[in-house]
Amino acid sequence: MTKTATPTKKTNGKGAQGGGRQGGGRQKWSPERANAYWKRNLRLIGILLAIWFIVSYLFGLILANPLYGMRVGQLPMSFWFAQQGAIIVFVILIFVYCWVMDRVDKEFDVHE
Amino acid sequence: MRDVQLWTYIVVAITFALYIWIGYTNRVRDTKGFYVAGQGVPAIANGAATAADWMSAASFISMAGLISTMGFDGAIYLLGWTGGYVLLALLLAPYLRKFGKYTVPDFVGDRYYSQTARLIAAIATIVVSLTYVAGQMRGVGIVFSRFVGLPIEWGVVVGMAIVAFFALLGGMKGITWTQVAQYVVLIVAYMIPAVAIGIVLTGNPIPQLSFTFSDIVPRLNAVQVDLGFKEYTQPFQGKTQLDILAITIALMVGTAGLPHVITRFYTTPTVRAARYSAGWALLFIALLYTTAPAIAAFARYNLIDTLQNATVANVIQGEKQDIYELVYPDGTSVTWATSWQRTGLLAFYDKNGNGKIEIRPGAAFQGRNFKAPTDSPNEVFFDNDIIVLANPEIAQLAPIVIALVAAGGLAAALSTASGLLLAMSSAVSHDIYYRILRPTATERQRMIAGRTMILIAILFAGYFGINPPGFVSQVVAMAFGLAASSNFPAILLGIFDKRANTTGAIWGMSVGLVFTLAMILMMKSNIIFGTPAPLLNDFMGISAEGIGTIGMILNFVVAFVVSRMTAPPPQEIQELVESVRIPRGAQVVEGAH
Repeated sequence: MTKTATPTKKTNGKGAQGGGRQGGGRQKWSPERANAYWKRNLRLIGILLAIWFIVSYLFGLILANPLYGMRVGQLPMSFWFAQQGAIIVFVILIFVYCWVMDRVDKEFDVHE
Repeated sequence: MRDVQLWTYIVVAITFALYIWIGYTNRVRDTKGFYVAGQGVPAIANGAATAADWMSAASFISMAGLISTMGFDGAIYLLGWTGGYVLLALLLAPYLRKFGKYTVPDFVGDRYYSQTARLIAAIATIVVSLTYVAGQMRGVGIVFSRFVGLPIEWGVVVGMAIVAFFALLGGMKGITWTQVAQYVVLIVAYMIPAVAIGIVLTGNPIPQLSFTFSDIVPRLNAVQVDLGFKEYTQPFQGKTQLDILAITIALMVGTAGLPHVITRFYTTPTVRAARYSAGWALLFIALLYTTAPAIAAFARYNLIDTLQNATVANVIQGEKQDIYELVYPDGTSVTWATSWQRTGLLAFYDKNGNGKIEIRPGAAFQGRNFKAPTDSPNEVFFDNDIIVLANPEIAQLAPIVIALVAAGGLAAALSTASGLLLAMSSAVSHDIYYRILRPTATERQRMIAGRTMILIAILFAGYFGINPPGFVSQVVAMAFGLAASSNFPAILLGIFDKRANTTGAIWGMSVGLVFTLAMILMMKSNIIFGTPAPLLNDFMGISAEGIGTIGMILNFVVAFVVSRMTAPPPQEIQELVESVRIPRGAQVVEGAH
């Protein structure tokens, strides 16, 4: 099984330097901390997937007719989102996720 | 034309020698190297390999042509085949990498502590990959026959031999590094003609910019309306909005559930690298996918414009079709039109005898019988593939560019085929043989099983490439629906829902898979079983291409509800879920236990 070096289920030790510490981190790993880390991750995923939905499904497909009269460059706006814009935003979304998670991982001291 | 032939031989030979050399230098000895390239693939390299793995002969050759014909609605492919990477990067890749085994059934089987779940995931992997791979081998054969002049059968055999060489020796490691080289070949081959045509038509060397900012699309729209078509950019001409939405979702989620794509994220050294490699993969894919709609519009404009200005100089009576020799207003011959008519991918018929070839809405011929014109005023038939294949000639580029396009098409087909073959054979040799039937097998036995299965898979795929069942090309797109309705929900819930248990997962996967498969079989029964008409036209307005979306929703709902009606998963499984959610510790794959 994939039992790893990360102590995912530690009981609350006594004091800030308790037994749950891992790899020189400043804070001890606890269920609360695991929860907080996961909530941060979920919130970020939620925000990014909302943008993902808006640029592709909403601007590109659902509002295809209403946005047809507006322009991006020489193209109808919905057409541009459906054939160019959404794809460009997708790439940016993934890299934003990578960058932000790099920071969150360090903050929670779970980086590799 | 002889120049083109010679250049094609040279370029294809050089690229093949490169693939063989890479395969030879990346030989592996152990199963970790064989299945996950020793988990030593850097993020950018894994991104390039994923991009090549992902972009098939269909992406390379057919997609721009399809978009050219579908106009706005071509967005289903552009969005559907890119948006899934966002789901992969955010929802699957990092956690699966942390889990750190070799295959999709590995995760499903361990997470749901069930051999039944493992078996279902393995079967889903085989079914999905098999429907996909037959078309790839056929693609190799077609590219060979068109550019090298080899019969399709021999083209398939050569392709099989090359794939067998690096896949047998190097497994995932050999495949990965060959795919990196194949990505470079295919993207260069795709971009050069696109840039050249962009310069000719708009004076701007960057296709994405000239597509958006030059007046080429408004001009195309105007010309289309003049000829009786709708505007090129007009949404929902061929399909309903609901169907377009369903198809896009099915393709996106299916992409995120395709085993040969997911497996690639097991090969990175860290969780962080798995995240970044998804970003690189999509960046590399987006390079082609944002160019394709530009090529589609440019080529359509070019085709219509050429035909409007050209006049018929001569008609050569042929057995299957009459070859029309066209000349430009200045008297020079339109050579590409003549040469592509000879391939049967382009056909004209001057129905009103006015010495002009007129392109109009409607089918010009009765099926592909080019001696039997219809009543429609349209006088042109063209196969979608011609848009990419003939582009370099239409733009009158050097023969070496045409040769490069051939090498690019082969790279796209071979890289996808090798990834699929590995996914398929590891489902048998790793998941079914080692994890289910013989858990006591030694490393040596597992390597033999792995190599034997990949050889069998290659022979299997080759057979279907030479003798394609009639319905294969029709059902390839359905592989996505099957992946969307089986693997994706099981993996996602496995990570994000600690309460998800065996019973829920098995019921969810079974219901999703059976529903989707049954719907596809009924909607395509005329092709698969030969019934006079499809048994079912659509399901609440959603066609076979989009039905995977409904299957996926069913899978989610059933798995969620059943999990909550039955006992929660044991403590160690909840700990497993906790551990995949955290990056640290990914390097310690086999762990201390």
